Amino acid sequence: MATNQQFYWAVKFLIWLLAALPIAWLSWSILQKTLGPNPAEAIDRFLGYWALVFLWITLAVTPLRLITGLGQLIRFRRLLGLFSFFYAVLHLFSYLTINQFFDWVAIWEDLLKRNYIMFGFFGFIILTILAATSTTTMIKRLGAGNWNRLHKSIYISAILITIHFIMIRKGFQLEPFVYAAVLLLLLTSRFKLKHRRSRKRKFLSLKK
Amino acid sequence: MLIRNMHTYDIKSSEITPKSAYFSRRRLLKSLAGGSAVVAFGPYALNNNTSAATKIPNLKRTKWTLKSLGESVKLTSYDDITSYNNFYEFGTSKGDPKRNARLLKTRPWTIIVDGHTENPGRYAFEDLVKFDQLEERVYRFRCVEAWSMVVPWVGIPLANIIRKLGPTSNAKYIAFETLADSKQMPGIRSRVLNWPYVEGLRLDEAMNPLTLMAIGLYGEILPNQNGAPIRLVVPWKYGFKSIKSIVRITFSEEQPPTSWNLSAPREYGFYSNVNPEVDHPRWSQAKERLLGGPTNMLGFVTKQPTLMFNGYTEEVEGLYQGMDLNRHF
Ligand code: HEM
Repeated sequence: MATNQQFYWAVKFLIWLLAALPIAWLSWSILQKTLGPNPAEAIDRFLGYWALVFLWITLAVTPLRLITGLGQLIRFRRLLGLFSFFYAVLHLFSYLTINQFFDWVAIWEDLLKRNYIMFGFFGFIILTILAATSTTTMIKRLGAGNWNRLHKSIYISAILITIHFIMIRKGFQLEPFVYAAVLLLLLTSRFKLKHRRSRKRKFLSLKK
Repeated sequence: MLIRNMHTYDIKSSEITPKSAYFSRRRLLKSLAGGSAVVAFGPYALNNNTSAATKIPNLKRTKWTLKSLGESVKLTSYDDITSYNNFYEFGTSKGDPKRNARLLKTRPWTIIVDGHTENPGRYAFEDLVKFDQLEERVYRFRCVEAWSMVVPWVGIPLANIIRKLGPTSNAKYIAFETLADSKQMPGIRSRVLNWPYVEGLRLDEAMNPLTLMAIGLYGEILPNQNGAPIRLVVPWKYGFKSIKSIVRITFSEEQPPTSWNLSAPREYGFYSNVNPEVDHPRWSQAKERLLGGPTNMLGFVTKQPTLMFNGYTEEVEGLYQGMDLNRHF
């Protein structure tokens, strides 16, 4: 049991480290002015990119758990999701400050006229709701069933963000489609694996 | 003002190619070739793969000086101009071209001229650009992605080249094509656009005195990532119209296809004149971020209003008389 607890803390520590590295690197680069001629764009993209990566890692928890049988993994999912939200908040914040410098008219027009902003915005709204209801108290208050149903909307958010990403890139660029493919894999594998597991369970219960 | 700028500019170029190296190279060349013509343009002959930039002698000054852009305007630094490029043949991120373009072999360089012209054929690029006519022109450069620079180009008016090539009366447009060689251009392997990259202008736009064929910047020959050895510069249009590393010039009767228009017709028109009033689906064109320009209290560049025709209304509005620029965007 003690080793279990140690394992838990070790992984938690690793996740914190992983989450701190990008923002540490970014802060360092801003101070050193090594982000190139257009740091505003670089910062915006960097933060958006890491929000996406953490969201994808969050979505990978369940498939990983099903493949490895390590039920423990579920205990890290909330933390990973919150780090995605953390980077998304910074991404939005850098857009409002560094990019638009509180030009509310321009921001409003962006939201209405530029579809990719709209997709990012709704993706962000969902993440916000999920982050706000991520506490144990909220799980209790909502009831496990409702809470689970609500938190399924993370898939919708991920799809909106994929579209956001694809639309930003000019021409046909491979990178966002690679992330789209990974997302597709994560979503389908989860259903496949669950299905297989329930079949196995059924089989076992028949044997009994 | 001008004196101060020329001063900083000299420091800049000597940083890139120490004067001593430049002179010794010329001396070496003199002893090799001896011919005076070769000596005058020795650096071109010698500098095959332009990793070290080379100073161009005897540049003509024009009225398009830095000062003509306004008292407080500064040149974008050489580093910024040469390390932040959209040149998808070398990769899609801004730093890719600088990293990858060293593979490009710019000498010898042949340009095919065809279509409705009296002098079709294959031209060495030195035959099209008369080196003794080179001018320096400081232009605003506005990318469709809403960032901009101020660039001291070196080149000759495209009109000079066109006159020499003698378009026939059927020629209404001029089309250009960029090299598309996957051996030299790693970005060609991904299908971001349909290669080769193609662009075009109406012939009267091409003949406008502002339109430049550039072979250099900051008094030196073009680094590969900026479109060496020869590129177009059309300062009143979005940057993607200013096609790089040109290998073909075609005079045509019909409006030629252009790459970004083919890729996303709703977003990029044939004209693509800088116009703060015509919105782009991805970027508001009302403002721009002048790289290296004045910063706000957060230390980031303040967005400034974009000028109609990028500030060149006087020179070019005649070209579009009676045209609905919302429709012909
Ligand atoms: C209100 C919400 C949002 C706004 C206003 C917004 C705005 C933007 C903008 C302006 C860019 C383009 C940066 C540039 O190229 O200059 C961008 C890129 C991006 N955003 Fe967002 N975004 C939002 C939400 C999100 C969310 C929630 C995520 C992910 C969880 C996300 C992920 C990304 C990614 C991956 C990119 C592309 C980075 C790249 O090109 O490498 N965005 N966003």
